[in-house]
Amino acid sequence: MKKPMAGEEAIEKKGWWSAHRWLVWRRLSQVGVLGLFLLGPALDVWLIQGNLSASLFLDTLPMTDPLLFLQLLATSGMPATQAVLGFVVVLVLYGLLGGRLFCSWVCPVNPITDLAGWMRRRFGISGGWRGDRRIRYAVFLAVVVSAGLSGLMVWEWINPMSLLHRGLIFGVWSGWLAVVGIFLFDLILSPHGWCGRLCPTGAVYALLGRRTPLAVSAVRRDACTDCRACHQVCPEAAVIDPALKGAVKGVGPRITGMECTRCGRCIDVCPDEVFEFDFHLPNISRVVP
Amino acid sequence: MDDSSAGRSQGTAMTRRGLLQKGGGAAVGLGLVGFLTWVGVRSADAIPVWAVRPPGALPEPDFLGTCLRCGLCVRACPYDILTLAETGSGVAPGTPYFMPRKAPCEMCPEIPCVKACPSGALDHGLTDIAKARMGLAVLADQETCLAFLGLRCEVCFQVCPVMNKAITLEMRPNLRSGKHVHFLPTVHSEHCTGCGKCEKGCVLEEAAIRVFPHATVKGSLGKHYRVGWEEKKKAGHALIPEPLSMPVRRPGDGSALHPESFTLPGHLPGEGP
Ligand code: SF4
Ligand code: SF4
Ligand code: SF4
Ligand code: SF4
Ligand code: SF4
Repeated sequence: MKKPMAGEEAIEKKGWWSAHRWLVWRRLSQVGVLGLFLLGPALDVWLIQGNLSASLFLDTLPMTDPLLFLQLLATSGMPATQAVLGFVVVLVLYGLLGGRLFCSWVCPVNPITDLAGWMRRRFGISGGWRGDRRIRYAVFLAVVVSAGLSGLMVWEWINPMSLLHRGLIFGVWSGWLAVVGIFLFDLILSPHGWCGRLCPTGAVYALLGRRTPLAVSAVRRDACTDCRACHQVCPEAAVIDPALKGAVKGVGPRITGMECTRCGRCIDVCPDEVFEFDFHLPNISRVVP
Repeated sequence: MDDSSAGRSQGTAMTRRGLLQKGGGAAVGLGLVGFLTWVGVRSADAIPVWAVRPPGALPEPDFLGTCLRCGLCVRACPYDILTLAETGSGVAPGTPYFMPRKAPCEMCPEIPCVKACPSGALDHGLTDIAKARMGLAVLADQETCLAFLGLRCEVCFQVCPVMNKAITLEMRPNLRSGKHVHFLPTVHSEHCTGCGKCEKGCVLEEAAIRVFPHATVKGSLGKHYRVGWEEKKKAGHALIPEPLSMPVRRPGDGSALHPESFTLPGHLPGEGP
């Protein structure tokens, strides 16, 4: 009677590696980014300095968190050059790779919310607050407006994403508060609650990725058997159907919903290999004949 | 409206529930603006007295609106004196500070911390470290300072990088012994950078001289105050006709009691009684 866990059929059909490929690459990327930042403080090898709020790669390439940059614009009007350059670098990088690629390949919060999501599926926890997923854009606006009103970066008192990353890199314990808080929130109070409904950083990256060349595409959508495994694992399940079921409307097969995190988990768990990553310019939802 | 707003982000049709939730979004947003602004206003006070910002830091509220909490200044400091603040420490979380008694600022001529700052929270206009004003040293405890006890200590004076300007030794008679002199370390705000070398160097168990935020310790003369002798120097002569004759009160003499021997208030000299 119980539905199989998403991915079980894929493991049977394609083998473990094919059913976990992108998940493994993603975890490696997350650990790798963290490792790169930790190389300095731990081993005195300074490839990258700072943290995800603002950093400097190889003493030359700056990067600035877009949400922090927008807050900086709101509070101070004209930030220093390096912060502006860093913002432009992030704009280009994530504009090409897919805005929320940041979320699933870089952000240290993702493994925590992924774990909460996995536990929900594993233990059949389905209840909780399911607020509109557009609330995050309201939160984003609220963060910038309150920065403008107060002249301070007030969000940075509680921003769990930067608290956590700073905590890991600079050994500030309050990062753990963010971990526990978000994990419990997602597990008990709201499915995909933080990353899928509230986080303003994710919202900004989503906006950056509206026209990105890199996307997941349901290239073999006619092979779909409606097992819904992809829907079970996708943190932003609403983006799948327009592409997967778009053939009748003549849209797709590229997933163009800007909330897609490019995690590629749908590619993994689909037993019939419907999805794959797709990079092409310009980004249009073209119909594959 | 259905298609445009729903299709844009989710591809779900707009239902009554959807509409309610949209209102929910606005409510969450407004609530958050209120809450965050309140948090901000509550915590925009000056930095705690025990913490000192790196050189070139903007005045506190501006600093909190500019600093990205990135820690690039922390990494740039060759003496590793800077820390990013913990939540609940009293300093805004993630912002850099140092504690002079632990490790003072060494006043690097190159000021690498300022150069590393991407946001301008540490003002790039600061190119001469002697012009930094991180805080102001104050000889806070005259009861324990060895110099005030009459001993020749003066360690703070010796370690000050702006020696003989930021701290000078002022000689005062030692009234207790009646035949010695105190050499009192005296801080001058126009030269003190707030580096905290003096606080670090103080030989006492707890430092008698300490660096504080300017706002905490610096007084300000009212606008209407003029220091007479300085005005006199500026003008090159006295600003009021001299001399103003004042009564001389001597015991036994009684002259002070004769009305003709002094000018009453309200009368200008030469006007006569
Ligand atoms: S939504 Fe926010 S917390 Fe979640 S992965 Fe993206 S940036 Fe990180
Ligand atoms: S001036 Fe030098 S010692 Fe002082 S905070 Fe900056 S880098 Fe550190
Ligand atoms: S380098 Fe500048 S922006 Fe970064 S933490 Fe230091 S003061 Fe703040
Ligand atoms: S803080 Fe102390 S050591 Fe530093 S400049 Fe001022 S008086 Fe001198
Ligand atoms: S080092 Fe300390 S005890 Fe000695 S003179 Fe300075 S303040 Fe006084």
